[in-house]
Parts: sequence; C-alpha cells; structure tokens
Amino acid sequence: MVADTATTDAASADSAVAAPRAPAGLQLRAWAARRAEAAVIPLGALALGLGLFSLFLASLGKSPAAFLDLVYRGGFGSSFALQNSLQRAAPLLFAALCVALPARLGLVVIGGEGAIVLGGLAAAAVATPLSGAPGGLGIALMALAALLTGALWLGAVGALRAWRGVNETIASLLMSYIAIALANHLIEGWLRDPASLNKPSTRTLDEAFRVGPLPGLEVHWGLAVGLVACLLAWVLTERTTLGFAARIAGGNVRAAQIQGLPVGRLITGFTALGGALAALAGFFEVAAVHGNANGSLVAGYGYTGILIAFLARQNPLAIPPVAFLLGGIEASSGLIQRRLHVPDATILVLEGLLFLLVLMGETLYGRFKVFSPHLWGDKQAAAGLKPSGAPAP
Amino acid sequence: MAHHSISRRTLLGGTAVLGLSALSARGALAAGPMTVGVIYVGPKDDYGYNQAHAKGAAALKGLPGIEVVEEENVRETTDVQKTMESMINMDGASLILPTSFGYFDPHVLIEAKKNPKVQFRHCGGLWTEANPKNAGSYFGYIAQGQYLNGIVAAHATKSKKLGFVAAKPIPQVLNNINGFLMGARSVDPAITCQVIFTGEWSLAVKEAEATNALIDGGADVITCHVDSPKVTVETAARRGAFVCGYHADQSALAKDKYLTGAEWDWAPIYKGFVTGMQAGKAPPNFLRGGLADGFVKMSAYGPAVSEAARRNADAVKAEMMKGGFAIIRGPLKDNKGNEIAAAGKGLPENAPELESTGYLVEGVRGSA
Amino acid sequence: MSGLDLPGDLGLWSVLLAVIGGAIRVSTPFLFVSLGETITERSGRINLGLEGTLVFGAMSAYATAVLTGSAWAGVAVAGLAGGLFGLLHGWICRLPRVNDVALGIALMLFGSGLAFFFGKAFIQPSAPQLPAIPFGNWSDLAQVRAALQINVLFLIGAALSVFLWWALRNTRIGLVVRIVGDSTDAARAMGYDVDRVRLLATGAGGVLAGIGGAYLSLYYPGSWNEGISSGQGLMAVALVVFARWNPLACFGAALLFGGAGALGPALQSVGVSQGYYLFYAAPYVLTLGVLIATSSPNHALAGAPGELGQAK
Repeated sequence: MVADTATTDAASADSAVAAPRAPAGLQLRAWAARRAEAAVIPLGALALGLGLFSLFLASLGKSPAAFLDLVYRGGFGSSFALQNSLQRAAPLLFAALCVALPARLGLVVIGGEGAIVLGGLAAAAVATPLSGAPGGLGIALMALAALLTGALWLGAVGALRAWRGVNETIASLLMSYIAIALANHLIEGWLRDPASLNKPSTRTLDEAFRVGPLPGLEVHWGLAVGLVACLLAWVLTERTTLGFAARIAGGNVRAAQIQGLPVGRLITGFTALGGALAALAGFFEVAAVHGNANGSLVAGYGYTGILIAFLARQNPLAIPPVAFLLGGIEASSGLIQRRLHVPDATILVLEGLLFLLVLMGETLYGRFKVFSPHLWGDKQAAAGLKPSGAPAP
Repeated sequence: MAHHSISRRTLLGGTAVLGLSALSARGALAAGPMTVGVIYVGPKDDYGYNQAHAKGAAALKGLPGIEVVEEENVRETTDVQKTMESMINMDGASLILPTSFGYFDPHVLIEAKKNPKVQFRHCGGLWTEANPKNAGSYFGYIAQGQYLNGIVAAHATKSKKLGFVAAKPIPQVLNNINGFLMGARSVDPAITCQVIFTGEWSLAVKEAEATNALIDGGADVITCHVDSPKVTVETAARRGAFVCGYHADQSALAKDKYLTGAEWDWAPIYKGFVTGMQAGKAPPNFLRGGLADGFVKMSAYGPAVSEAARRNADAVKAEMMKGGFAIIRGPLKDNKGNEIAAAGKGLPENAPELESTGYLVEGVRGSA
Repeated sequence: MSGLDLPGDLGLWSVLLAVIGGAIRVSTPFLFVSLGETITERSGRINLGLEGTLVFGAMSAYATAVLTGSAWAGVAVAGLAGGLFGLLHGWICRLPRVNDVALGIALMLFGSGLAFFFGKAFIQPSAPQLPAIPFGNWSDLAQVRAALQINVLFLIGAALSVFLWWALRNTRIGLVVRIVGDSTDAARAMGYDVDRVRLLATGAGGVLAGIGGAYLSLYYPGSWNEGISSGQGLMAVALVVFARWNPLACFGAALLFGGAGALGPALQSVGVSQGYYLFYAAPYVLTLGVLIATSSPNHALAGAPGELGQAK
C-alpha cells in the first residue's frame, strides 16, 4: 500500500527546486504565505470540528461551553495541564517518526507498536547484567540496545520489502503482533523478576539507570530527545542527498534505479531508522516511567503514531504540534469524563471527527487566493502548488 | 453533584503547587465534605472486575458530604499518574482508589510521595512498611468463593472434569484455580480441573476459544478469572455447560446454567474508608478480608443446584465465617509432585505464603 | 459413547478438530472484512478504517437485536451502518488531495469511538443470537458436533467469496471495477465515472465489514463489549494483500488465520502448557511465513490493482 504522499512530495520538491530563482524578499513572503495556509486550514478544520462536536454534545443535553472550557483547562490552561499534554506527546513523537521516515519512500509501516515494546524490553534486559555499572554507561547501553533492536526488527521488514517484495504494511503489522507475543513470553518467562508477583515484570532498574524529568518540568527527557529526533529527521529528509534520494525512490522506483540509487538499501535504512526511533520510545517508557519492562508497554502508542504521521503529512517538523494537540485532547479526556459525566469514548469520537475534518481540509490547499505564493510574488512555486498539478487518486 | 464544588475547583485553579497548598490547608483527614477518586482499567460495566469496583463506588454516592469522581479505561502508564494528579489538583480528591493491579508500582507509589496529604488505597497491590504511609492496599480472599464454587460444581459435574479460563499465572489467579479444585475435591477426590491461560486480562475471542477448548476436552462446569467473565459465561452456557461466576453476579447471562459465583463486595469496604476519613482516621495500610469480613460474597444459587449441594456449600461457608479456614491443607502435593503442605499442616486464608503462590495443586491440568 | 471423557481418547486428534472448529468459528469476520476490502481495493482505493466499521457493525447489530428481539434485523442494520461508513470514506476521498489511507485511520477512530459511545448502554443486556446449522449430527462425538455447528453467515461468506471471484472476472460490473482499479485514465477514456465506481465499491466494502461485525456480537463470541474486535478488522484488511486481492484466497486466508488462532487453547487442553504466548502468535507467524515464501521481487505484486500504487 503506497500512500499518495509521493505526488504531493513531488510537487513540493519541484517548488523547493524552483524557489531559489525568485528574489529573496519575494521568496520569503511566498514562503510565509504557504506556511500561513498550512496553519490556517488545519486550525479552521479544528474549529469546525469543535463546533460540530459541541452540537453533538448539545443534542445530548451537555453544555458545549463547559466542554470547551474543560478541553482548555484539562489540556492547555495551566502548567499542570500543559505538562500533562507534553508528557502524553513524548512517546508519540517517536511513534510518528517511525511512520513518517519510511513514508518518504512511499512505504506505509504500521508496526511501530512492536518496535516500541521490543525496544523497551531490550533496554530492560541489558540493564540487569549491567547492574552496578555507572549510570551514564548503563543508560547509554540501554538506549543502544533499544535502538539496535528496533532497527533490526523493522529493518527486517524493509529488507523483506526491498529484496523479496514482501508488502511492508502487512509484514510490519504481523511483526508487531509477534513482537508483543515474544515480549509477553519473555517478561513472564526468562526475564521475569521472581519478586514481581501479581504484575509480571523484568527486574527493576538500578536507580542510577533511571532517566529523570527535564529540568524544571515533570516531563521526562523523552520529550526533548523526541523533539531533537524530529528536527534531525527533517534535516535528513529535506536537507541531505540521502533524503533527496529517498524521495526520488518514493516517487518512482524505476527512475531511481536508472539513476543508480541504492533503492534496496534506502528502504532498509529508512525502515530501520524508523524502528530504532520507535524503540527509543520503549526505552524511555522503561527508563523514565516504569522502571522495568512489563505488559503495560503495550499501550497503543504505535497506532496513535500512525495517525499523527498522516496528519502531519509525513513532515517531521509538523509532528510535534500534532502530537501536542493530541496529547492535549487526551489530557483533557479524564476531566471531561468526570465533569460532564460522559463516557470515556466521547474523546474518541471527538478525535475521530477532528481528524476527519483536518484531512478533508487537505482538499482546500491552493483554493484560497490569499495564500497563493503567486499573489506574493513567487510564480514558480505557485505553479508547483497548483492543485490541478496533482490529480486525485 | 457536579455543581456545588465548582467554586472550589475554580479556586484551586489547576497548578500542582496551588492545589497542594490548598489541600494541606484544608487537611485531607478533616471531617466534612470529601472527594473520592476511583480509577478503572477497563469499562466500569464489564460484568466483572471493574463493575464490582464501580458498584462499590456507587454505594458511596449516596453518602452525605461525599463526592465520587470516576475515570474508566485508564492505561497503566503515566496516564494513570496524570489522572490521579488531576483528580487531586482539579477535583480536590483526598482519597484515591486506583483499582487495577498494574497501577501500584510505580504509579501509586510516585503519586503518594508527591501528594503526602492524600490517601491512596490500591486494590491488590502488596503494600509494605517500606512504602509511603499514605498509600496502602486492600484485597479479599476470594479463593474462598472459588472453593465454594468448586463444591457446587462437584455436585453438578457428570464428567468429573472442570474447566478454568485464566488470564495469567499470577498468585491471585493460581489461588483461585487451586481453590476451585480443592473445593470440588472436598466432595469427590476424583475430580480434575483443566486450566487454559489466555495471556491477557481482556480478549473476547480468545476467552471464547478457551471455553470451547475446555468443553471439547470434556469439562462440564466452567469458571474463570479474567477481567470480564461475560464472554466465558455466555459461551459456556450456550454449549450447555454449567457456569460458576466470578467478580460479579453473571446469573442473568447464563440463566439456569448458572450455579453460583464468587463476587466482590467492595461497598462496605469503601464505606468504611470514607466514614473513617470523615472521622479523621486514615484507612488501614494493609487490609485483607474474606467471606467473614464481608469482602467476598456468593451469588444466589441457581435452579440447577441440588439440595445436597446447597447443604454442603452452606455448611462449609458457615465454617469459613468462623475465620481461619485453610483451603490448602496437608497432605497436599502440587501437580508436579512436589509437596506443598505436610499432613496436619495448612495455610489459613490470611497466610502470607498465599500472596506468592507459584504452583497449581495436584489434579489441575496446566502449568503455573 | 458420549463425548464426555474424550481428551484422552482423541489425543492429538482433538487438536486437529479444534483447529477445524476454530477455523469455522473465528474466520467469518476476517472473511467478510477482507472480501469487502477486496472489492474496495480492486476499485483502486484503500479503506484502512474497516476496523472501525467492524466495531460499529458489532455494536449496532447487538443494539438492534436487543431492541427489536431479532438478530437478523441486527445484521441488516449493521450492514446498513457499515455501508454508510463506506460511503462516507468514498465520498470524502473524492475530494482532491485527500489521502485514503490517512482517512481510513481517522475513520477507524471515529467508528470505534461512536460504537463505544453508543454501545455503553448495550454492554449489559443480552441479545438474541444468530442461528447455527448442526452439520455434525451424524457423529456421536460431542466435539465433532460442536465443531460443525455452522453459522449461516459463514456459509454466506463462503458462497460470497466464490461469487465475487466469479463476478470480478465474468460480469460487466466486475470488469468495470477492475478497470477503474487498474487505470483511472483508461477508465475515464472508456467513459466510466471513476469516482462513482469507487464510491460504490467502498460502500459495498463497508456493508460487508458491518455484517462481519454483526457476526462478532451476535454469534461468536456473541457478546458486545469494547474489546470484542481488538484489531481483527485491521488484520483482515492486511489479509487482502496476503490473499492477492483474490476473493477465493481471502476465504483460504481467513480459514488459515482462524484455525491457527485455535491452536493455542487446543494445545493447552491436551497438556502443552508452556509457551502459550508463542502458540497464540501462530496465526501471525504462519501468515508472515506464507507471505515471505510466496512473495518474490519479480512478480511480487501479481493481482495488485494498478491504481493502489503498488507498482511504484
């Protein structure tokens, strides 16, 4: 299954190539217009979604005003609420990158959950023999174990795709289920701490191996590392030849091969990198949250990550705001459940509705003249962005 | 109920620091209105574990001065930490009841340290002296209920084979399996019990498959220990097997195939917690009890339970009500042939050894 | 001999019997969802959201059966609701630049959310169940009789897979769907309304997924709760690739998947009690194994509709 991101990518690649020809001032204004469009349309969709959802609530006899107030207070309105949202966003950054990186090659990888779980397990597994080692060394080796495990697990999916033609979507999903079974087997078998009675777990980490919160915050370091990872992933995909090669291969394998690009190695490398990053989420769950590996590692972050990556249009820099938004909605979920006396599923309905509308908003890009780079002086970029240039699938 | 405390919530604003100072000024153990936060890992109407707790919480709602706030489907990750903090900071909860096993370590422990004025009582977790004093754990000797289930099952079975659908081989589950078979063997020592582990606390299709596999293997009375027994109970009844319930009353699901069931009764326990706190007394840190203490009760007998079975079960129940009843009684071996208890020895309900059971008794087919 | 003391007698045969019984019991939702997705993907679109449709189908079927007392009314409503979800997906995907995969994921969330929301009231009541036909009465083994209790929907699904296999090759509608799926340009040149065909194909896919959900809640496991599907819809969509977009192969894949799922409990019941997590992973391992064995870099994508972008 190949997403049609390739078409939009190709379009933006054109514009990226074309842009430098325009004078600098105009280019900046055109850039700003495009960025404004990319902010206004999804925000408009969100506003519409909140409006529709308010109608839904009103029809159930619940106050929409109270609801909006609770979303704000639960997810964004105070230091506690903000930290709650950021905390929830942290693992999602990695999970979304695991989808977004292979998407550069036109691949749809949906098995990040398995890499998260195995990454966490690998980190916990190496921590036991390392017990007593200096904290920094222990943490570094745990992270390394997670990275390698995730890279191997999803890199295998990429390799199967590249050299055996195995569909990466189904293979990664199957591998995810297998990973979870394997992790459960080991957590309740060989790696089980005999002292973990009613909650089977691996041995608890040395205190020195624990990853703490960010200075002045209650959110763990996973957030900062995740943000850096998003930035680096953006540099990789947008500013390096490797990223450029990946995009070409994602657009047209045959053309890439004719140009002599190592398509197989690109596919394997990008899926492996995605797996490694997902596994890092597992590492932080173990080192910063649980203190050991247990069944709670299977928390569904991998699946939420798919959604975030697609909403971010596979752009690594768009992942943090989307993840933060989702984290905020989830953070307010409990408060809404308690105060409005509505089922927990209410928030699922809201999320589904918001995402439907945001995705529908995609169709509006290029429809509003005010955002047209052309209007702001960049003719070539405008040509690259014309919706008619990208036929609907 | 939702409205009268809005001004207080507004005052508390939301930041952790402000919330804490407001709480300490109020004094968590003082008399007067208090808020109880109850957290469930699944849906609270699951005909099982969560429903039993929700019923206990519901019993608090009518009490004067008590507000109950609840959240369901809360994951055993930082999510539950944030839920607890939110209940404390935004709702002013002074007693938190996180009801799932996986909430305790590290989540309850972290929050208990962070919020020393708030009381945390966790269902199932093994609180020790080393843990914060404002935390604690409570649980019930529900294996007693499974023992009585076993007695009734023994009178109903024709194949002399019982079936048990279990989630994971942890001590609390193993005690129930052992209790079920020991109860049955107290009636007929020839009875055996097949156990199938599903590996997950809630997974409908696997539970249905396990039930079918047990019945195909000849079992004609089924019970279970998963979060929601609904699927197991309905599947077994549809196949024509008898059912013993667990966690909550499932008689409506199996009609005349329902024999009896081991149920939690958290209402008196939770009431005790809050009335104690209203009187300025923190709930106990380590609380256990069985049938005699009102933690556990039995479903009403179904129509298929014979008069002899009722008399037998009622007599043993009367024995249990005296306290100190030993399900594990020597001479007894586990199903690998190792001795568990020598002749004349026994483990009464409150024996600490039972908190770390790692075996299945002789006659159980399956491995711990 | 009645079948009451049999595990010893049947021994390992009981495992085989359980696998056959399990294949029949568990496969139906996989079959319906994958057949539905086959129709959709054959027309050139991916609807990854059928998990949400499956769950909503399960809820709406159960709720309808509770309220009307008729299980078949439940099936009808589930199919209708599923069709609406499919049409919604198809309609939104007509808009330029909307990504069908992403939209499917959003619909998965939306469908499950609505199902859980409206389903709260129906977790507790019991619904009438769909009937099964006893095909095993010839046997005096209780296990055989139980394994051959076959639900009508399974039979319909089996017949449907043969029919779709035939119809896609031999009927005009089948041909149109395939042309639209293989090349938008060619289809347009031949005067077909591509968006309309895809809309209807996605709607039809939704109907089948909804009915698959009805099987879950009204027959097996025959109960409504929030964990009733736990990912079966997503897996079934993935099985379409495995089945190479061939309805007959979907039937095989669903049977294989269902049968392998019965292996874990059955092995435990004959005393193989170690490593059950690994046995429970059997369906996934087996599917992956077959997938790797049957793929090849050269003709890996045989059967893939061109417009799915598989060839890129």
